[in-house]
Amino acid sequence: MATQHSRSAARLMMAPAVVLLLGWMLVPLTMTLFFSFKKYLPLRGDSLANGLDWVGFENYVRFVTSSSFWPSIYATLVIVGGVLAITVTLGVLLAILLNQPMWGQGIVRILVIAPFFVMPTVSALVWKNMFMDPVNGLLAHLWKAFGAAPVEWLSQASLPSLILIVSWQWLPFATLILLTAIQSLDSEQLEASEMDGAQPLSRFFYIILPHLGRAITIVILIQTIFLLAIFAEIFVTTGGAFGTKTLSYLIFQRVLESQNVGLGSAGGVYAIILANIVAIFLMRIVGKNLDA
Amino acid sequence: MARSATTKRKVINTTAAWIVGLLIFFPILWTILTSFKTEAQAIADPPIFLNFDWTLENYGVVMERSNYMRFLWNSIIIAGGSTILGIIIAVPAAWSMAFVPSKRTKDILLWMLSTKMLPAVGVLYPIYLLFIKLGLLDTRLGLTIVLMLINLPIIVWMLYTYFKEIPGEILEAARMDGASLREEVFYILTPMAIPGIASTLLLNVILAWNEAFWTLNLTAAKAAPLTAFIASYSSPEGLFYAKLSAASTMAIAPILILGWFSQKQLVSGLTFGAVK
Repeated sequence: MATQHSRSAARLMMAPAVVLLLGWMLVPLTMTLFFSFKKYLPLRGDSLANGLDWVGFENYVRFVTSSSFWPSIYATLVIVGGVLAITVTLGVLLAILLNQPMWGQGIVRILVIAPFFVMPTVSALVWKNMFMDPVNGLLAHLWKAFGAAPVEWLSQASLPSLILIVSWQWLPFATLILLTAIQSLDSEQLEASEMDGAQPLSRFFYIILPHLGRAITIVILIQTIFLLAIFAEIFVTTGGAFGTKTLSYLIFQRVLESQNVGLGSAGGVYAIILANIVAIFLMRIVGKNLDA
Repeated sequence: MARSATTKRKVINTTAAWIVGLLIFFPILWTILTSFKTEAQAIADPPIFLNFDWTLENYGVVMERSNYMRFLWNSIIIAGGSTILGIIIAVPAAWSMAFVPSKRTKDILLWMLSTKMLPAVGVLYPIYLLFIKLGLLDTRLGLTIVLMLINLPIIVWMLYTYFKEIPGEILEAARMDGASLREEVFYILTPMAIPGIASTLLLNVILAWNEAFWTLNLTAAKAAPLTAFIASYSSPEGLFYAKLSAASTMAIAPILILGWFSQKQLVSGLTFGAVK
């Protein structure tokens, strides 16, 4: 029984978190929206103090008509799609494997999860130098051992290389969540189907996969939100060259490198809308879970 | 007969799982091994796995040359500070949502979650500008605040999930005995919630430690944490693999160890309680 007193106290206790997050969301968002309708090139003398010229939707139009826009959408889709395909497929298989009885299960689990705890700059640099370097990298040694010419991974196969690096980072996340979901599967159901003579493959498609459906959806949505925003991995490997400029990275370059704040802000608004579309689906699932 | 079949299956499973596990772990293992090699051995072809002259020299060089301790200290302050600050703000909020729920509680929780999904790059310039105006650029205080804010939704969510599991009857009993709201929170709830708070703390230290957008964009020399320190190795100078490996090993070791302890909380924390 919540009294009037405890209700207002509760509101008061919630206030700091709500106010802070509201400020964190609204203030920068309003500024981005404001800049996106202005001509704002700080390096050419535009400043807030002198007032900025209103340019309407010009930045929005210029952002999507610039020659780097569609390549950036392509790079974003390829990276997000590639990483999702790899992490979800391998994640399901790995979860099933790790769920089997075996010796040293705990240790294997730790080995598989480890990459998730490696900071993005470290994993990107280690892959870039120690594995993908065309002269001294391990992959180059391996290629030479088989008599093949070493590949310049990050320039000749830049997108697949980035997908590999990012998948390595996110596979543990997918595996861990799918493993947790698989462990809640009723083992009697599986045993019953086995006794009824269901083949492993049909057990997989008719029992395991449907059971994992919700967890897979959650993995896809959460990863998509994080993958749309990957930054450090590109920053320290290619710096956006060789067709690896994603939408996020393009906006970063517009805003901080070429200091075209108006144009970058318009791009930022596009990115926010895109992320929100994904977020709506995720929130529905999470919200449904709250009711239960 | 059936028994030997299961044993055979177990052997196959074990072999397969260990091969995959070691393959996934290999880049980390290789980095750790390389950190103990000389630079020449680090790039040797064919690669040397274990029979090299183990040396600690690289660690010494990295610590000396790049002022490693300052970066480490910045990482500790920023990750620890933002987590503690976030928990102080989130505990009362999560408490009130879990025990005095109103019609809007669910909406508030979901809205908090939605702020987490705002792409950072979309608000990069405003934050950059505000930081310049407020003198927060390249300060530990500034980064601590930003990382606290980006992780606050996860902290509130995790705490809310844990608080929800505490039976309400205990609180009612305390109230009947005349405990004030403050006493209720500090003497009854908090001790019961310590395990939940601890795992929230752990996960958020990990997330803050590894955060690599704001830490790269809002720092220069003074407040840069380990993420930025490692990024400075992206323009190579001569032979540097062994040193890069030593620097990397030092940067990831503490969090790797913490992370292994937090495996279980990781799932419910990162899926906002949607998968348990």
